[in-house]
Amino acid sequence: MMPDLGKYADAVLSAYGVSILLLVALVLLTIVQGRRARRALIAIEKRSRNDG
Amino acid sequence: MTALLTRDLALAIRAGGGFGLGLAFFLIVTVMVPFAVGPVPELLARIAPGVLWLGALLACLLSLDRLLALDWEDGTLDLLATSPLPLEAALSIKALAHWITTGLPLVLISPVLGVLMNLPGPGFVWLVVSLALGTPALSVIGTFGAALTVGVKRGGLLMSLLVLPLYVPTLIFGAEVARRGAQGMDPTTPLLMLAGITAGVVALMPLASAAALRVNLR
Amino acid sequence: MSMSNETAAPKRPSGFWSYANPVKFLGLTERVLPALWLLSGLSLVVGLIWGFFFTPDDFRQGSTVKIIYLHVPSALMAINAWFMMLVASLIWLIRRHHVSVLAAKAAAPVGVAMTLIALFTGAVWGQPMWGTWWAWDPRLTSFLILFLFYLGYMALWAAIEDPDTAADLTSVLCLVGSVFAVLSRYAVNFWNQGLHQGASLSLDKEENVADVFYFPLLVCIAGFVLLFFALVLYRTGTEIRLRRARALLAREARA
Repeated sequence: MMPDLGKYADAVLSAYGVSILLLVALVLLTIVQGRRARRALIAIEKRSRNDG
Repeated sequence: MTALLTRDLALAIRAGGGFGLGLAFFLIVTVMVPFAVGPVPELLARIAPGVLWLGALLACLLSLDRLLALDWEDGTLDLLATSPLPLEAALSIKALAHWITTGLPLVLISPVLGVLMNLPGPGFVWLVVSLALGTPALSVIGTFGAALTVGVKRGGLLMSLLVLPLYVPTLIFGAEVARRGAQGMDPTTPLLMLAGITAGVVALMPLASAAALRVNLR
Repeated sequence: MSMSNETAAPKRPSGFWSYANPVKFLGLTERVLPALWLLSGLSLVVGLIWGFFFTPDDFRQGSTVKIIYLHVPSALMAINAWFMMLVASLIWLIRRHHVSVLAAKAAAPVGVAMTLIALFTGAVWGQPMWGTWWAWDPRLTSFLILFLFYLGYMALWAAIEDPDTAADLTSVLCLVGSVFAVLSRYAVNFWNQGLHQGASLSLDKEENVADVFYFPLLVCIAGFVLLFFALVLYRTGTEIRLRRARALLAREARA
Protein backbone atom coordinates (compact mmCIF):
# COMPACT_ATOMS: atom_id res chain seq x y z
CA MET A 1 0.00 0.00 0.00
CA MET A 2 2.67 2.48 1.05
CA PRO A 3 4.42 3.85 -2.02
CA ASP A 4 8.20 3.62 -2.22
CA LEU A 5 9.40 7.14 -1.58
CA GLY A 6 13.05 6.28 -2.07
CA LYS A 7 15.68 8.51 -0.56
CA TYR A 8 13.31 11.48 -0.37
CA ALA A 9 10.95 9.82 2.12
CA ASP A 10 11.90 12.26 4.88
CA ALA A 11 11.14 15.30 2.78
CA VAL A 12 7.83 14.05 1.44
CA LEU A 13 6.56 12.64 4.73
CA SER A 14 7.49 15.70 6.75
CA ALA A 15 5.87 17.98 4.17
CA TYR A 16 2.63 16.00 4.36
CA GLY A 17 2.80 15.59 8.12
CA VAL A 18 3.41 19.22 8.97
CA SER A 19 0.94 20.54 6.41
CA ILE A 20 -1.87 18.26 7.50
CA LEU A 21 -1.08 19.03 11.13
CA LEU A 22 -1.29 22.77 10.43
CA LEU A 23 -4.56 22.41 8.53
CA VAL A 24 -6.13 20.28 11.24
CA ALA A 25 -4.94 22.67 13.93
CA LEU A 26 -6.40 25.61 12.02
CA VAL A 27 -9.77 23.88 11.59
CA LEU A 28 -9.90 22.78 15.23
CA LEU A 29 -8.95 26.23 16.48
CA THR A 30 -11.57 27.81 14.25
CA ILE A 31 -14.28 25.48 15.50
CA VAL A 32 -13.34 25.82 19.16
CA GLN A 33 -13.38 29.62 18.90
CA GLY A 34 -16.65 29.49 17.01
CA ARG A 35 -18.33 27.25 19.59
CA ARG A 36 -17.12 29.46 22.43
CA ALA A 37 -18.42 32.63 20.76
CA ARG A 38 -21.77 30.96 20.06
CA ARG A 39 -22.17 29.82 23.67
CA ALA A 40 -21.17 33.21 25.04
CA LEU A 41 -23.63 35.03 22.79
CA ILE A 42 -26.51 32.72 23.68
CA ALA A 43 -25.82 33.24 27.39
CA ILE A 44 -25.73 37.00 27.04
CA GLU A 45 -28.83 37.13 24.88
CA LYS A 46 -30.78 35.04 27.37
CA ARG A 47 -29.66 37.28 30.21
CA SER A 48 -30.55 40.51 28.45
CA ARG A 49 -33.94 39.10 27.43
CA ASN A 50 -34.69 38.24 31.06
CA ASP A 51 -33.66 41.72 32.13
CA GLY A 52 -35.67 43.53 29.51
CA MET B 1 2.84 75.90 6.88
CA THR B 2 6.23 77.41 7.54
CA ALA B 3 5.04 78.14 11.05
CA LEU B 4 4.30 74.46 11.58
CA LEU B 5 7.65 73.49 10.13
CA THR B 6 9.64 75.92 12.29
CA ARG B 7 7.64 74.86 15.34
CA ASP B 8 8.38 71.18 14.74
CA LEU B 9 12.03 71.88 14.09
CA ALA B 10 12.35 74.04 17.18
CA LEU B 11 10.69 71.37 19.33
CA ALA B 12 12.94 68.65 17.94
CA ILE B 13 16.08 70.67 18.55
CA ARG B 14 15.05 71.74 22.03
CA ALA B 15 14.08 68.23 23.08
CA GLY B 16 17.29 66.93 21.59
CA GLY B 17 15.63 63.64 20.72
CA GLY B 18 15.70 63.79 16.94
CA PHE B 19 19.15 65.09 16.13
CA GLY B 20 21.30 63.55 18.79
CA LEU B 21 19.78 60.17 19.44
CA GLY B 22 19.28 59.13 15.83
CA LEU B 23 22.87 59.98 14.98
CA ALA B 24 24.22 58.29 18.08
CA PHE B 25 22.22 55.18 17.24
CA PHE B 26 23.53 55.14 13.67
CA LEU B 27 27.08 55.50 14.99
CA ILE B 28 26.77 52.75 17.57
CA VAL B 29 25.16 50.25 15.19
CA THR B 30 27.96 50.81 12.71
CA VAL B 31 30.57 50.42 15.42
CA MET B 32 29.02 47.16 16.59
CA VAL B 33 29.18 45.54 13.15
CA PRO B 34 32.95 44.90 13.05
CA PHE B 35 32.69 43.40 16.55
CA ALA B 36 30.07 41.01 15.22
CA VAL B 37 31.62 39.98 11.91
CA GLY B 38 35.33 40.51 12.55
CA PRO B 39 37.71 43.30 11.55
CA VAL B 40 38.69 41.94 8.11
CA PRO B 41 38.91 45.02 5.82
CA GLU B 42 37.79 43.19 2.65
CA LEU B 43 34.71 41.79 4.35
CA LEU B 44 33.79 45.16 5.84
CA ALA B 45 34.24 46.86 2.48
CA ARG B 46 31.92 44.31 0.92
CA ILE B 47 29.11 44.68 3.42
CA ALA B 48 29.59 48.41 4.12
CA PRO B 49 26.86 49.76 1.78
CA GLY B 50 24.24 47.38 3.12
CA VAL B 51 25.19 47.84 6.76
CA LEU B 52 25.19 51.62 6.48
CA TRP B 53 21.81 51.60 4.77
CA LEU B 54 20.36 49.28 7.39
CA GLY B 55 21.78 51.40 10.19
CA ALA B 56 20.33 54.58 8.72
CA LEU B 57 16.98 52.85 8.24
CA LEU B 58 16.83 51.66 11.85
CA ALA B 59 17.88 55.07 13.14
CA CYS B 60 15.02 56.55 11.12
CA LEU B 61 12.58 53.96 12.47
CA LEU B 62 13.54 54.55 16.09
CA SER B 63 12.71 58.23 16.01
CA LEU B 64 9.29 57.69 14.45
CA ASP B 65 7.25 57.22 17.60
CA ARG B 66 8.06 60.79 18.66
CA LEU B 67 6.77 62.06 15.34
CA LEU B 68 3.10 62.25 16.31
CA ALA B 69 2.90 60.89 19.85
CA LEU B 70 3.68 64.16 21.65
CA ASP B 71 1.26 66.17 19.54
CA TRP B 72 -1.35 63.49 20.09
CA GLU B 73 -1.02 63.70 23.85
CA ASP B 74 -1.24 67.48 24.16
CA GLY B 75 -4.06 67.82 21.63
CA THR B 76 -2.08 69.62 18.92
CA LEU B 77 -3.24 67.06 16.39
CA ASP B 78 -6.89 67.87 17.07
CA LEU B 79 -6.12 71.51 16.41
CA LEU B 80 -4.30 70.62 13.21
CA ALA B 81 -7.24 68.53 12.06
CA THR B 82 -9.64 71.43 12.48
CA SER B 83 -7.31 74.05 11.00
CA PRO B 84 -7.80 75.23 7.40
CA LEU B 85 -4.58 73.48 6.42
CA PRO B 86 -5.45 70.04 4.96
CA LEU B 87 -4.30 67.21 7.17
CA GLU B 88 -2.40 65.74 4.23
CA ALA B 89 -0.31 68.90 4.00
CA ALA B 90 0.21 69.04 7.75
CA LEU B 91 1.48 65.46 7.76
CA SER B 92 3.77 66.15 4.81
CA ILE B 93 5.24 69.04 6.76
CA LYS B 94 5.69 66.82 9.79
CA ALA B 95 7.42 64.23 7.63
CA LEU B 96 9.66 66.95 6.23
CA ALA B 97 10.52 68.11 9.73
CA HIS B 98 11.32 64.52 10.65
CA TRP B 99 13.55 64.21 7.61
CA ILE B 100 15.41 67.44 8.38
CA THR B 101 16.02 66.44 11.98
CA THR B 102 16.74 62.74 11.36
CA GLY B 103 17.31 61.85 7.71
CA LEU B 104 19.50 64.78 6.74
CA PRO B 105 21.97 64.39 9.63
CA LEU B 106 22.20 60.68 8.82
CA VAL B 107 23.05 61.51 5.22
CA LEU B 108 25.67 64.02 6.29
CA ILE B 109 27.39 61.74 8.77
CA SER B 110 27.29 58.62 6.57
CA PRO B 111 30.67 59.32 4.82
CA VAL B 112 32.39 59.38 8.20
CA LEU B 113 30.89 56.03 9.09
CA GLY B 114 31.84 54.86 5.60
CA VAL B 115 35.47 55.42 6.55
CA LEU B 116 34.98 53.31 9.65
CA MET B 117 33.48 50.56 7.50
CA ASN B 118 36.34 50.70 4.99
CA LEU B 119 33.93 51.69 2.19
CA PRO B 120 35.73 51.68 -1.19
CA GLY B 121 36.54 55.11 -2.68
CA PRO B 122 33.89 55.45 -5.39
CA GLY B 123 31.20 54.30 -2.96
CA PHE B 124 31.11 57.48 -0.91
CA VAL B 125 29.38 59.63 -3.49
CA TRP B 126 26.77 56.98 -4.22
CA LEU B 127 26.17 56.22 -0.56
CA VAL B 128 25.41 59.87 0.12
CA VAL B 129 23.32 60.21 -3.03
CA SER B 130 21.28 57.09 -2.33
CA LEU B 131 20.68 58.04 1.29
CA ALA B 132 19.76 61.60 0.34
CA LEU B 133 17.26 60.23 -2.16
CA GLY B 134 15.96 57.37 -0.01
CA THR B 135 15.61 58.81 3.50
CA PRO B 136 12.71 61.14 2.53
CA ALA B 137 10.77 58.02 1.54
CA LEU B 138 11.62 56.47 4.91
CA SER B 139 10.29 59.53 6.74
CA VAL B 140 7.07 59.65 4.72
CA ILE B 141 6.36 55.93 5.05
CA GLY B 142 7.20 56.20 8.73
CA THR B 143 4.65 58.98 9.12
CA PHE B 144 2.03 56.56 7.86
CA GLY B 145 3.09 54.00 10.44
CA ALA B 146 3.00 56.65 13.16
CA ALA B 147 -0.47 57.77 12.06
CA LEU B 148 -1.76 54.19 12.18
CA THR B 149 -0.45 53.47 15.66
CA VAL B 150 -0.76 56.86 17.33
CA GLY B 151 -3.78 55.73 19.36
CA VAL B 152 -2.10 52.57 20.61
CA LYS B 153 -0.38 52.74 23.96
CA ARG B 154 3.23 51.58 23.74
CA GLY B 155 2.80 51.27 19.99
CA GLY B 156 6.50 51.43 19.17
CA LEU B 157 7.01 47.73 18.66
CA LEU B 158 3.79 47.39 16.69
CA MET B 159 4.85 50.28 14.50
CA SER B 160 8.17 48.58 13.72
CA LEU B 161 6.29 45.47 12.67
CA LEU B 162 4.05 47.53 10.37
CA VAL B 163 6.67 49.88 8.96
CA LEU B 164 9.60 47.56 8.31
CA PRO B 165 7.88 45.51 5.57
CA LEU B 166 6.93 48.79 3.90
CA TYR B 167 10.61 49.78 3.93
CA VAL B 168 11.64 46.75 1.87
CA PRO B 169 11.52 48.29 -1.65
CA THR B 170 13.32 51.46 -0.54
CA LEU B 171 16.00 49.47 1.23
CA ILE B 172 16.54 47.14 -1.71
CA PHE B 173 17.00 49.88 -4.28
CA GLY B 174 18.87 52.24 -1.96
CA ALA B 175 21.38 49.64 -0.83
CA GLU B 176 21.74 48.44 -4.41
CA VAL B 177 22.72 51.93 -5.55
CA ALA B 178 25.33 52.17 -2.81
CA ARG B 179 26.62 48.65 -3.50
CA ARG B 180 26.94 49.14 -7.24
CA GLY B 181 28.60 52.49 -6.64
CA ALA B 182 31.09 50.92 -4.24
CA GLN B 183 31.91 48.15 -6.71
CA GLY B 184 32.42 50.60 -9.54
CA MET B 185 29.34 49.46 -11.47
CA ASP B 186 26.74 51.67 -13.07
CA PRO B 187 24.04 52.47 -10.47
CA THR B 188 21.67 54.30 -12.83
CA THR B 189 18.82 51.75 -12.90
CA PRO B 190 18.36 51.29 -9.14
CA LEU B 191 18.89 55.01 -8.71
CA LEU B 192 15.96 55.73 -11.01
CA MET B 193 13.86 53.11 -9.22
CA LEU B 194 14.72 54.67 -5.86
CA ALA B 195 13.84 58.13 -7.17
CA GLY B 196 10.56 56.75 -8.50
CA ILE B 197 9.66 55.19 -5.16
CA THR B 198 10.51 58.36 -3.27
CA ALA B 199 8.51 60.53 -5.68
CA GLY B 200 5.50 58.21 -5.60
CA VAL B 201 5.58 57.83 -1.83
CA VAL B 202 5.98 61.56 -1.18
CA ALA B 203 3.06 62.26 -3.50
CA LEU B 204 0.62 59.55 -2.39
CA MET B 205 1.52 58.39 1.11
CA PRO B 206 0.24 61.54 2.90
CA LEU B 207 -3.25 60.65 1.65
CA ALA B 208 -3.09 57.31 3.45
CA SER B 209 -1.45 58.85 6.53
CA ALA B 210 -4.13 61.52 6.76
CA ALA B 211 -6.88 58.92 6.32
CA ALA B 212 -5.42 56.86 9.16
CA LEU B 213 -4.97 59.88 11.40
CA ARG B 214 -8.55 61.05 10.79
CA VAL B 215 -9.81 57.65 11.91
CA ASN B 216 -7.72 57.92 15.06
CA LEU B 217 -8.91 61.44 15.79
CA ARG B 218 -12.62 60.60 15.48
CA MET C 1 -23.96 45.84 15.10
CA SER C 2 -25.36 48.71 13.14
CA MET C 3 -27.22 47.92 9.99
CA SER C 4 -26.64 51.05 8.05
CA ASN C 5 -28.60 49.71 5.12
CA GLU C 6 -31.87 49.78 6.92
CA THR C 7 -31.53 53.31 8.17
CA ALA C 8 -30.06 54.74 5.00
CA ALA C 9 -32.21 53.07 2.39
CA PRO C 10 -35.97 52.78 2.72
CA LYS C 11 -35.97 49.76 0.43
CA ARG C 12 -34.34 46.60 1.72
CA PRO C 13 -31.36 45.69 -0.44
CA SER C 14 -31.73 42.52 -2.42
CA GLY C 15 -29.36 40.10 -4.12
CA PHE C 16 -25.71 39.91 -3.15
CA TRP C 17 -25.63 43.00 -0.95
CA SER C 18 -28.45 41.75 1.24
CA TYR C 19 -25.91 39.40 2.83
CA ALA C 20 -24.22 42.46 4.28
CA ASN C 21 -26.97 42.12 6.87
CA PRO C 22 -25.30 40.04 9.61
CA VAL C 23 -28.45 38.12 10.48
CA LYS C 24 -29.02 37.13 6.87
CA PHE C 25 -25.34 36.31 6.53
CA LEU C 26 -25.47 33.98 9.51
CA GLY C 27 -28.57 32.32 8.11
CA LEU C 28 -26.87 31.75 4.79
CA THR C 29 -23.70 30.33 6.31
CA GLU C 30 -25.69 27.96 8.51
CA ARG C 31 -27.24 26.51 5.39
CA VAL C 32 -24.14 26.46 3.18
CA LEU C 33 -21.42 25.50 5.64
CA PRO C 34 -22.17 21.79 6.16
CA ALA C 35 -22.00 21.16 2.42
CA LEU C 36 -18.87 23.27 2.13
CA TRP C 37 -17.06 21.42 4.94
CA LEU C 38 -18.06 18.10 3.41
CA LEU C 39 -16.99 19.00 -0.12
CA SER C 40 -13.67 20.50 0.94
CA GLY C 41 -12.88 17.55 3.17
CA LEU C 42 -13.83 15.12 0.43
CA SER C 43 -11.75 16.76 -2.28
CA LEU C 44 -8.78 17.18 0.05
CA VAL C 45 -8.86 13.52 1.06
CA VAL C 46 -9.37 12.32 -2.52
CA GLY C 47 -6.79 14.70 -3.99
CA LEU C 48 -4.10 14.05 -1.40
CA ILE C 49 -4.58 10.27 -1.38
CA TRP C 50 -4.61 10.21 -5.16
CA GLY C 51 -1.50 12.34 -5.25
CA PHE C 52 0.35 10.54 -2.50
CA PHE C 53 -0.42 6.91 -3.31
CA PHE C 54 -1.39 6.71 -6.96
CA THR C 55 0.91 9.00 -8.90
CA PRO C 56 4.29 7.97 -10.27
CA ASP C 57 7.58 9.57 -9.30
CA ASP C 58 9.01 12.23 -11.53
CA PHE C 59 12.05 11.00 -13.42
CA ARG C 60 14.14 13.94 -12.25
CA GLN C 61 12.63 14.91 -8.92
CA GLY C 62 11.84 11.43 -7.66
CA SER C 63 9.16 11.17 -5.02
CA THR C 64 9.54 14.82 -3.96
CA VAL C 65 7.17 15.71 -6.78
CA LYS C 66 4.38 14.58 -4.43
CA ILE C 67 4.95 17.74 -2.40
CA ILE C 68 3.41 19.67 -5.27
CA TYR C 69 -0.09 18.67 -4.08
CA LEU C 70 0.42 20.72 -0.94
CA HIS C 71 2.84 23.35 -2.10
CA VAL C 72 1.03 24.76 -5.11
CA PRO C 73 -2.49 24.94 -3.62
CA SER C 74 -1.29 26.51 -0.37
CA ALA C 75 0.84 29.06 -2.19
CA LEU C 76 -2.11 29.90 -4.40
CA MET C 77 -4.38 30.41 -1.40
CA ALA C 78 -1.74 32.40 0.48
CA ILE C 79 -1.84 35.05 -2.23
CA ASN C 80 -5.56 34.86 -2.92
CA ALA C 81 -6.39 35.17 0.76
CA TRP C 82 -4.60 38.52 0.82
CA PHE C 83 -6.39 39.50 -2.38
CA MET C 84 -9.73 38.60 -0.82
CA MET C 85 -8.82 40.68 2.23
CA LEU C 86 -8.03 43.60 -0.05
CA VAL C 87 -11.41 43.38 -1.79
CA ALA C 88 -13.25 42.99 1.51
CA SER C 89 -11.39 45.96 3.00
CA LEU C 90 -12.30 48.08 0.01
CA ILE C 91 -15.97 47.11 0.33
CA TRP C 92 -15.83 48.12 3.98
CA LEU C 93 -14.19 51.46 3.25
CA ILE C 94 -16.65 52.28 0.47
CA ARG C 95 -19.95 50.73 1.57
CA ARG C 96 -19.40 50.34 5.33
CA HIS C 97 -20.64 46.76 5.56
CA HIS C 98 -19.43 45.29 8.83
CA VAL C 99 -19.64 41.72 7.57
CA SER C 100 -17.13 42.58 4.86
CA VAL C 101 -14.38 43.81 7.14
CA LEU C 102 -15.01 40.96 9.58
CA ALA C 103 -14.53 38.55 6.70
CA ALA C 104 -11.17 40.21 5.98
CA LYS C 105 -10.24 39.82 9.64
CA ALA C 106 -11.35 36.19 9.57
CA ALA C 107 -9.30 35.43 6.47
CA ALA C 108 -5.95 36.66 7.85
CA PRO C 109 -5.11 33.68 10.09
CA VAL C 110 -6.11 31.31 7.29
CA GLY C 111 -3.76 33.18 4.97
CA VAL C 112 -0.98 32.92 7.55
CA ALA C 113 -1.45 29.16 7.80
CA MET C 114 -1.39 28.83 4.01
CA THR C 115 1.78 30.92 3.79
CA LEU C 116 3.40 28.78 6.47
CA ILE C 117 2.47 25.57 4.64
CA ALA C 118 3.79 26.97 1.37
CA LEU C 119 7.05 28.06 3.00
CA PHE C 120 7.54 24.81 4.88
CA THR C 121 6.75 22.49 1.97
CA GLY C 122 8.95 24.70 -0.20
CA ALA C 123 11.83 24.33 2.24
CA VAL C 124 11.67 20.54 2.50
CA TRP C 125 11.30 20.36 -1.28
CA GLY C 126 14.17 22.73 -1.84
CA GLN C 127 16.51 20.80 0.40
CA PRO C 128 16.89 17.69 -1.79
CA MET C 129 16.37 19.52 -5.11
CA TRP C 130 18.55 22.58 -4.67
CA GLY C 131 20.68 21.37 -1.77
CA THR C 132 19.43 24.10 0.54
CA TRP C 133 16.45 24.71 2.82
CA TRP C 134 16.24 28.30 1.94
CA ALA C 135 17.45 30.42 -0.95
CA TRP C 136 16.85 34.12 -1.41
CA ASP C 137 15.03 33.35 -4.58
CA PRO C 138 12.55 36.09 -5.58
CA ARG C 139 9.49 33.90 -5.06
CA LEU C 140 10.59 32.61 -1.67
CA THR C 141 11.53 36.07 -0.53
CA SER C 142 8.21 37.52 -1.67
CA PHE C 143 6.37 34.91 0.36
CA LEU C 144 8.37 35.74 3.42
CA ILE C 145 7.48 39.41 2.97
CA LEU C 146 3.82 38.46 2.50
CA PHE C 147 4.04 36.57 5.78
CA LEU C 148 5.30 39.73 7.49
CA PHE C 149 2.40 41.71 6.03
CA TYR C 150 -0.08 39.18 7.45
CA LEU C 151 1.56 39.44 10.86
CA GLY C 152 1.40 43.23 10.81
CA TYR C 153 -2.26 43.20 9.76
CA MET C 154 -3.23 40.82 12.56
CA ALA C 155 -1.13 42.67 15.13
CA LEU C 156 -2.90 45.93 14.27
CA TRP C 157 -6.31 44.28 14.69
CA ALA C 158 -5.24 42.93 18.06
CA ALA C 159 -3.82 46.22 19.28
CA ILE C 160 -6.83 48.51 18.80
CA GLU C 161 -9.73 48.45 21.22
CA ASP C 162 -12.52 50.17 19.33
CA PRO C 163 -13.86 47.79 16.66
CA ASP C 164 -14.70 50.40 14.03
CA THR C 165 -11.39 52.20 14.43
CA ALA C 166 -9.60 48.87 14.12
CA ALA C 167 -11.63 48.03 11.03
CA ASP C 168 -10.79 51.34 9.33
CA LEU C 169 -7.11 51.29 10.20
CA THR C 170 -6.55 47.68 9.21
CA SER C 171 -8.37 48.30 5.92
CA VAL C 172 -6.13 51.26 5.14
CA LEU C 173 -3.11 49.15 6.07
CA CYS C 174 -4.35 46.34 3.82
CA LEU C 175 -4.64 48.76 0.88
CA VAL C 176 -1.25 50.34 1.42
CA GLY C 177 0.28 46.96 2.17
CA SER C 178 -1.02 45.57 -1.11
CA VAL C 179 0.69 48.33 -3.07
CA PHE C 180 3.93 47.74 -1.20
CA ALA C 181 3.66 43.98 -1.54
CA VAL C 182 3.55 44.39 -5.31
CA LEU C 183 6.39 46.91 -5.19
CA SER C 184 8.43 44.52 -3.08
CA ARG C 185 7.80 41.73 -5.54
CA TYR C 186 9.36 43.78 -8.32
CA ALA C 187 12.12 45.08 -6.11
CA VAL C 188 12.99 41.54 -5.03
CA ASN C 189 13.05 40.34 -8.63
CA PHE C 190 15.44 43.11 -9.48
CA TRP C 191 17.57 42.56 -6.41
CA ASN C 192 18.15 38.89 -6.99
CA GLN C 193 19.01 39.38 -10.64
CA GLY C 194 21.61 41.74 -9.28
CA LEU C 195 23.15 38.81 -7.40
CA HIS C 196 22.89 35.83 -9.74
CA GLN C 197 22.76 36.31 -13.45
CA GLY C 198 19.97 34.18 -14.80
CA ALA C 199 17.70 32.19 -12.53
CA SER C 200 19.26 28.84 -11.81
CA LEU C 201 16.45 28.04 -9.40
CA SER C 202 13.48 28.24 -11.68
CA LEU C 203 10.23 27.30 -9.98
CA ASP C 204 8.07 27.33 -13.10
CA LYS C 205 6.47 23.98 -12.67
CA GLU C 206 3.22 24.50 -14.49
CA GLU C 207 4.83 24.18 -17.90
CA ASN C 208 6.23 20.73 -17.39
CA VAL C 209 3.53 19.22 -15.24
CA ALA C 210 2.21 16.11 -16.95
CA ASP C 211 -1.42 15.02 -16.83
CA VAL C 212 -0.73 12.32 -14.22
CA PHE C 213 0.25 15.03 -11.80
CA TYR C 214 -2.12 17.67 -13.13
CA PHE C 215 -5.51 16.11 -12.32
CA PRO C 216 -4.87 15.22 -8.67
CA LEU C 217 -3.33 18.67 -8.34
CA LEU C 218 -6.55 20.21 -9.61
CA VAL C 219 -8.54 18.25 -7.05
CA CYS C 220 -6.21 19.43 -4.29
CA ILE C 221 -6.50 23.02 -5.42
CA ALA C 222 -10.29 22.70 -5.35
CA GLY C 223 -10.02 21.25 -1.85
CA PHE C 224 -7.88 24.13 -0.60
CA VAL C 225 -10.17 26.72 -2.18
CA LEU C 226 -13.28 25.12 -0.64
CA LEU C 227 -11.56 24.77 2.72
CA PHE C 228 -10.60 28.43 2.58
CA PHE C 229 -14.20 29.46 1.93
CA ALA C 230 -15.53 27.18 4.65
CA LEU C 231 -13.02 28.51 7.17
CA VAL C 232 -13.58 32.14 6.26
CA LEU C 233 -17.39 31.88 6.36
CA TYR C 234 -17.28 30.07 9.69
CA ARG C 235 -14.76 32.47 11.18
CA THR C 236 -16.73 35.47 9.93
CA GLY C 237 -19.75 34.08 11.76
CA THR C 238 -17.63 33.80 14.88
CA GLU C 239 -16.49 37.40 14.54
CA ILE C 240 -20.09 38.56 14.07
CA ARG C 241 -21.19 36.77 17.23
CA LEU C 242 -18.25 38.15 19.21
CA ARG C 243 -19.08 41.66 18.00
CA ARG C 244 -22.74 41.25 18.93
CA ALA C 245 -21.88 39.84 22.36
CA ARG C 246 -19.63 42.82 22.92
CA ALA C 247 -22.35 45.26 21.92
CA LEU C 248 -24.87 43.60 24.24
CA LEU C 249 -22.41 43.66 27.12
CA ALA C 250 -21.77 47.32 26.52
CA ARG C 251 -25.52 47.99 26.58
CA GLU C 252 -25.84 46.05 29.84
CA ALA C 253 -23.03 48.06 31.37
CA ARG C 254 -24.80 51.28 30.43
CA ALA C 255 -28.19 50.19 31.75
